[in-house]
Amino acid sequence: MKARIKIMLKNGVLDPQGEAIKHALNNIGFESVTGVRQGKVIELDIEGSDKSQVRSQIENMCNKMLANTVIENFEIELL
Amino acid sequence: MKAAVIVFPGSNCDRDLTVALEMVGFEVSKIWHKDSELEKGIDLVAIPGGFSFGDYLRVGAIAANSPICKSIISHGERGGYIVGICNGFQILTETGLLPGALLRNSGLKYICKTVALKVETTDSVFTQKYSLSNVIKIPIAHHDGNYNANVNDIEKMKDQDLIAFRYCDNPNGSIEDIAGVLSSNRRVLGMMPHPERAFEKAHGNSDGMIFFKGLVEAFATT
Repeated sequence: MKARIKIMLKNGVLDPQGEAIKHALNNIGFESVTGVRQGKVIELDIEGSDKSQVRSQIENMCNKMLANTVIENFEIELL
Repeated sequence: MKAAVIVFPGSNCDRDLTVALEMVGFEVSKIWHKDSELEKGIDLVAIPGGFSFGDYLRVGAIAANSPICKSIISHGERGGYIVGICNGFQILTETGLLPGALLRNSGLKYICKTVALKVETTDSVFTQKYSLSNVIKIPIAHHDGNYNANVNDIEKMKDQDLIAFRYCDNPNGSIEDIAGVLSSNRRVLGMMPHPERAFEKAHGNSDGMIFFKGLVEAFATT
């Protein structure tokens, strides 16, 4: 099975990289952009056929290592 | 007095930290991250600066899940002393031994310079030899030193006097100008600045020596 995990900084946590991207977009003429948040996407190949079991395994991975829940939220998508 | 300096792939301040600890009188063993046990009788675990695992995923995240970290967490949980400097601080927040997290510097640049720090508490073995509100000069060298913690954690740190150092002129966007924090039992310290880089006259600045002298005095008398 394939899974995709989207990790984003929580609302309210300053994202300096997103801010820099926003400024750069504004500077090259995309003045309509008023906010940018940058996150990351992780794709996994994972063994298992029971979707709920796989999902809970990935949640565990996110809580333990893939995300830092102090500052980040994650979303899991099974493909 | 025994100290363990933990070495990860990408650590680059392990030797400096070892030299500083040895100069004040610690017997230092370097421990590779794949070892799963600390030697018996370790008084202090020291996690050095660097770029463990190339800062992949998040700073400190992969190091915090390496085999030795289980033993470091148990050492901390049973009241052992731990200091994490720079990448070591990032690793300590990732293990949960210290609250909060270190984010990319607000100016996005890697910063390498000497900064002024204010000593915010002298109630810890790490800071006991300084005087309260002392301003000391210690180098920083980091890309991800922007300390962040939730409101409750910050309130708790203020109430319980757990902020060890603040920047006089905030270089990286850290909340409350925080440069170093203590755990609730005051035995775990994480700090972004490098006292081991301002340790002797040859460094041009020895403000960091007091830090190590305080440590050695604490362990010599216990």
